[in-house]
Amino acid sequence: MTNDLTGLKSILNETLTDKIVSLEERLGELTLVVKALDMQSVFLRLRDDAALRFEELLDVCGMDYSTYGSESTEDGRYVVDVVHAGPRFAAVYHLLSLSHNQRLRVRVFAEEDALPVLESVNAIWPSANWYEREAFDLYGIIFTGHSDLRRLLTDYGFVGNPFRKDFPLSGTVEMRYDATQRRVIYEPVVIEPREVTPRSLREENFGRH
Amino acid sequence: MAEIKNYTMNFGPQHPAAHGVLRLVLELDGEVIVRADPHIGLLHRATEKLAEHKTYLQSVPYMDRLDYVSMMVNEHAYVMAIEKMAGIQVPLRAQYIRVMFDEITRVLNHLLWLGASGIDLGAMTMFFYTFREREDLFDVYEAVSGARMHAAYYRPGGVYRDLPDTMPQYLPNKIRSAAAVKKMNENRQGSVLDFLEDFTRRFPGYIDEYETLLTDNRIWKQRTVGIGVVSPDRAKAMGFTGPMLRGSGVEWDLRKTQPYEVYDKLDFDIAVGVEGDCYDRYLVRVEEMRQSNRIIKQCINWLRQNPGPVIADSVKFVPPGRESMKQNMEELIHHFKLFTEGFQVPAGEAYAAVEHPKGEFGIYLVSDGANKPYRMKIRAPGFPHLASLDEMGRGHMIADLVAIIGTQDIVFGEIDR
Repeated sequence: MTNDLTGLKSILNETLTDKIVSLEERLGELTLVVKALDMQSVFLRLRDDAALRFEELLDVCGMDYSTYGSESTEDGRYVVDVVHAGPRFAAVYHLLSLSHNQRLRVRVFAEEDALPVLESVNAIWPSANWYEREAFDLYGIIFTGHSDLRRLLTDYGFVGNPFRKDFPLSGTVEMRYDATQRRVIYEPVVIEPREVTPRSLREENFGRH
Repeated sequence: MAEIKNYTMNFGPQHPAAHGVLRLVLELDGEVIVRADPHIGLLHRATEKLAEHKTYLQSVPYMDRLDYVSMMVNEHAYVMAIEKMAGIQVPLRAQYIRVMFDEITRVLNHLLWLGASGIDLGAMTMFFYTFREREDLFDVYEAVSGARMHAAYYRPGGVYRDLPDTMPQYLPNKIRSAAAVKKMNENRQGSVLDFLEDFTRRFPGYIDEYETLLTDNRIWKQRTVGIGVVSPDRAKAMGFTGPMLRGSGVEWDLRKTQPYEVYDKLDFDIAVGVEGDCYDRYLVRVEEMRQSNRIIKQCINWLRQNPGPVIADSVKFVPPGRESMKQNMEELIHHFKLFTEGFQVPAGEAYAAVEHPKGEFGIYLVSDGANKPYRMKIRAPGFPHLASLDEMGRGHMIADLVAIIGTQDIVFGEIDR
């Protein structure tokens, strides 16, 4: 891979100018953060500008930052002592430029925590279709302008957004066949939440011995 | 004349050509597909959520179960993401072993694809042929890891152990006499590398056999030529990677364009299609098997000449050796900590991608400095491919849809995750 990210960095700074919230290089990867309001114009620029040409949208990843940096107790709940500053939900887009052999990660935060709304990029990259449906299904992020925003991975009639950090790992309902009613029934889960290995945060200078 | 209207038909999830648990709702005009709406998620196990509740090492076996026909390549992307974030240097020998097993896995995947896709389109014999070769490669998997499929062989920092000097032997039983078994064990007398070298010598001949059966076969061509044509621009827009993208004539292979491990030191070519139809993608995959065979040969040569460590020397991420753990207090503590609490990965995020047999398989890892990932996103290559089924299948007959599902190399373990 061409590890010369300085070139891409300066091009991004030139073309996007004031639309950049932050542009950071870490571990040989470039992460761009833009505002939800600027999404459409920025993504269009990223795809169409001759110097950028990100033809492929590889991935859209929903994010829930609500428990970022907190440890967990033995029953699997997060000890939310460090309140994450900033918005809770975000979508992370991984872009690939085949013409320039470059990658870019774009993160867009949804402004409202109670009703996270972002704009759909389905019209810019058709591959966003299912990725946005997935993020809608698992995180409840609404993508405006998406023509067919249905649940994708969860069961028909599923309630809730399973990948949110406040959704229990074991789920809320379990399904079994009931012999007397002769049909499949749903019941609340009876599994006690438990965690074998609690989350523990890294100490300062870990591994530097 | 009867009045014909559009109607909807359900396809799957229990259909032999559905490659697992694909449910399709098809809108048809006669036998022509107007719209195909795949319903996925029947195999959804929430691997990504499970990984958030497991230590980093505990998630390695989950990777095998994503795309369950290319096990080790999935692990590869995962351990590469951890290594990137933790800054672990992988020894060169481990890199060669990984590349060799990636290519073995690619052959395994393409063999299954060739067999299954053959059966879908009526070429029953293919399945028996390809599974004969898969058997040998599974034995190699078994020899190094103990498991024929879900190996959990790659570890952050290298691989679990070095290649063994012996191959498992067949034993005489009620069905096979000692003389028959002796013949079967002939190529198993040496090390794993000897066995594998013998395989690489035989394999090109086997590929010729497959090609004799299919490449010029009239029925095979009628079923695949001109079916599911994707233009290069559409392929890029729809997020295609791997053989699906190369079949449309785009020269893009991560092993060449963004080489990882030791791919830049190896000599191989990438195959590119012209028309972008099912037949071209078949040719691309067959050629990839030949190239993989070349890479495996080069790796065997290098591994023979260069002994060395196969896992990084990093006490905070790599468990100590068994012997030293039994004798040394310090090592015992490390062992205990690594297998109870696990290791902590520095806060940050990383995306590691490998050229998976199906396309680009990526792991996006977000860590907040804990012993478990904060978020792990799996970029499965089959996901955007299946999403394009509606567009690829439109205007084709139902029978062609089976050819298209076959050419996409769908495996639900990775799509539903």
